Amino acid sequence: MGDTPHRSAHAGTGGTRVATSHEWPAGASARVAEPSGIPGIPDNGLGGGGGLPRARAFGAERAFRGLTLAAGTTVLVVIAAIAIFLIAKAVPALRVNTESFWTFEGWFPNDDPPKFGIGALAFGTVLSSLLALLMAVPVALGIALYLSHYAPRRLGNALGFLIDLLAAVPSVVFGLWGRDYFAQPVADLSAWLNKYFGWIPIFGEGPYGSSILLGSVVLAIMVLPIVTSLSREVFRQTPTANEEAALALGATRWEMVRTAVLPYGRPGVIAAVMLGLGRALGETIALALTLGSTYAISFNILQSGGNSIAANIANRFAEANDTGRGALIASGLVLFAITLMVNITARAIIYRRREFTESAA
Amino acid sequence: MTTTVTSHRPQPPAQPLTLRARRLPAYAAPAIAVVALLVSAGIVYGAGIGGPVLVVVIAALLYLAGLYTAAKAVEGRRAARNRTWSALIHSAFVLAVLPLASVVWTLVSKGTERLDGNFFGTSMNNIGARDANGGAYHAIIGTLEQVGIATLITVPLGVLCAIYIVEYGRGRFAFTIRFFVDVMTGIPSIVTGLFVLAFWVLVVSPWFNDGRPGFSGFAAALALSVLMLPTVVRSTEEMLRLVPAPLREGAYALGVPKWKTILRVVLPTALPGIVTGIMLAIARAAGETAPVLLVAGGGAAINFNPFENNQSSLALFVYQQAGEASKYSPARAWTAALTLVVLVLVLTVAAKLLARRNRLGR
Repeated sequence: MGDTPHRSAHAGTGGTRVATSHEWPAGASARVAEPSGIPGIPDNGLGGGGGLPRARAFGAERAFRGLTLAAGTTVLVVIAAIAIFLIAKAVPALRVNTESFWTFEGWFPNDDPPKFGIGALAFGTVLSSLLALLMAVPVALGIALYLSHYAPRRLGNALGFLIDLLAAVPSVVFGLWGRDYFAQPVADLSAWLNKYFGWIPIFGEGPYGSSILLGSVVLAIMVLPIVTSLSREVFRQTPTANEEAALALGATRWEMVRTAVLPYGRPGVIAAVMLGLGRALGETIALALTLGSTYAISFNILQSGGNSIAANIANRFAEANDTGRGALIASGLVLFAITLMVNITARAIIYRRREFTESAA
Repeated sequence: MTTTVTSHRPQPPAQPLTLRARRLPAYAAPAIAVVALLVSAGIVYGAGIGGPVLVVVIAALLYLAGLYTAAKAVEGRRAARNRTWSALIHSAFVLAVLPLASVVWTLVSKGTERLDGNFFGTSMNNIGARDANGGAYHAIIGTLEQVGIATLITVPLGVLCAIYIVEYGRGRFAFTIRFFVDVMTGIPSIVTGLFVLAFWVLVVSPWFNDGRPGFSGFAAALALSVLMLPTVVRSTEEMLRLVPAPLREGAYALGVPKWKTILRVVLPTALPGIVTGIMLAIARAAGETAPVLLVAGGGAAINFNPFENNQSSLALFVYQQAGEASKYSPARAWTAALTLVVLVLVLTVAAKLLARRNRLGR
C-alpha cells in the first residue's frame, strides 16, 4: 500500500505554505490573526514597530506548540506503526505457509506444515458486506427522508434521536440476538426461497441455519442506524431556498425531494454508504456469532456456512500458536488494506465537496 | 372535464372548474389496502405457498400497485408517483423499526431474568456448567478500568492533536494529519486489537514479564484508545472551529499570548462540545468486544490490577457466555448485554443532552 505518511513534510509546518490554497472547511474563518509564521518578519508577530517584547526562543508558546505538534504527529506514527507491526508479524507466518495465501481454501496454520489461505475469507467478507449494504441502504435512505422531510418535525427529531441511540448499541448484542432469535425465521425464509426460487443459483440447497444470509441481514440491521443518521444529517442541511423554489414551481413533494434534496445530498450519501461499508467489512463479533465458519467459496447464500476475515480472527484466536497468530495477523493486514482503500475513497469523495460538515461516526 | 369537484356546496359559476385538481377521496387509500390484503390472502392461502408474513408482503406490493393505478386514473401521473414514493418511504420506516424493536424487546425481556444482586456481586470464578449463579462483577471492573485508562490516554492526546490541526497546523502536513485522522475512524476494531497484540503483547510486554507475552487490561486499554483517538480528535476539531474568531482576536488585542488564549479562551468556550465528543467515544469503546478478546485474555476471576494478568470486560463476557454450553449461560449473557447497553445508552444520552445545552450549536 502506498499509504506511508511522509514525515519529511515536517519542515513545512512553519507556515511557509500559507500561500498554497488548500480547501479549508467552512469554519476556516476562525483561523485569523495568527501571530507568527511569516518568514522574514520577526517572530513577535504582533507588529508594533519593535516596541513589543521579542518572542523568546524557549517560552511557553514554543513548548505548547511543540506539544500539540507532537500529538498531531502521533496519529501518523500510530497509523504507520499499525502497518509496520502487522507486516512484521505476518511475514514469518507467510514464509512457512506451504499453500498459496491468496487461493487456498482452508485454515490450518497450526498444523505442520502450516496451510492457510485468505481467498474464501476475503470472499465471505466482501459478499456479506455487499449483501448487507444492498439491503440496508435503500431502507436507510427511506428512513432518512422520512425523518427529515416526511415526518412531523417533533416526531422526526425524537425518532432521529432514537436512531442515533441504536447506532450506539454494541455489536455483540446484535450478534447474540441474531444467533438466538433471528436464526429460525431466517431458516424458514431460506427454505421458502429455495422452494420457490431455487432456480436462482444463490438460493441453493440447505442445511439452513448460520448462513451468509443470516449474517448479512444482521449486518444490515447494524449498519442501518449509522447510514440513516449520517444521511439524515445531510438531507436536513439542504438549503431551504432550493426546496421552496421547487415547491413554488409546482413540484409535488417527491419531485421536490428528487430535484432538490437528493442531488444536494448525493456526495454525503455516498460517503455515508462507504462508511457503512467500512463498518460492515470490519464487523467482527456479530459475524463470529452468526456465520457458519467454513472455508469454501460458494455463492449459495442460504446454506449453513460462510466466514469473514474478522470473524475468523475472533473464532480461531484462542487455539492459535505462534504461526497461527502470524497467519491471523496476515489476514488482519488484508482486512486493514481493504478498509483503508474503502475509507480513503470515501474521504476523497467527502473532501471534494465539503458543503456539509459530517460529525463522523 | 365534466363534474367532480369533491365539494358538495354549490359552486360560484364564475370560477372555472378545472382550477382545482381532482383528488382521490380520503377513503381510497384504506380501501385499497383492505382490498390488497384480501386479494393477497386469497392468493397465498388459495395456492398454499406461505404464511401470514407472505400475505403482508404481497399485500404491500398489491397496495403500491393499486394506489399507483388509482391515483394515476384520478389525479394524474405525477401525483401518482408522489403517492407511491411516499408510501414506500413510510414502509421503509416500518420495515426497519420491526427488527430494531425486536432487538430491544428481547434485550429487555431476556436481560431482566438474572438482574439480581448476585449477578453484580460475584465473578465467574469456580462457576461450573451446572451452577446457576455467577455474575459479571469482574467484567464490570474490567470495562471500567480499561475504558478509564483509555480515556486518560486519549483525551489529552486527542485534544492537543485537534488544537494543532485547528490553531497551529498549516499546509500539507496539517492536511495530512487531518486526512489520516479521518481514515483512522474507519480502521476496524479487530485490526487495532491485532496491532496491540503484535506491538504490545508480543513485543514490548515480554521485556518486563519474564519473556512471556503479557495479556492485560492495559493492553486492551491501548487498543481502545487507538479506536477512540480519531473520534475525539474529530469532534474536538469541529468544536474548536465553531469558536467565534472575535473571541480570539479580543484576547490577542489584549496582548494575551496565543497558547494562553487557546487554554483560557478557546478551550473553555468549546468545552461542552468537546466533552460530548469524548463521552460518545467512551460509549463506543465500552461496547467493543474484538480488541479486548485479542489482548485482555479474558479471565473469570476478579482482577483489579490492569497491568498484570488477564482481565475481562462486559462485552467480552457476553461473547464468552454466548459461546458456552451451560443452560444458565444465555441468561447471564443477556443480562450482561442489558447492563452494557444501559451503560452505553446512559453515556450517549448524557452526551446528547449536554450537546443540546452547547451554546456554540451548529
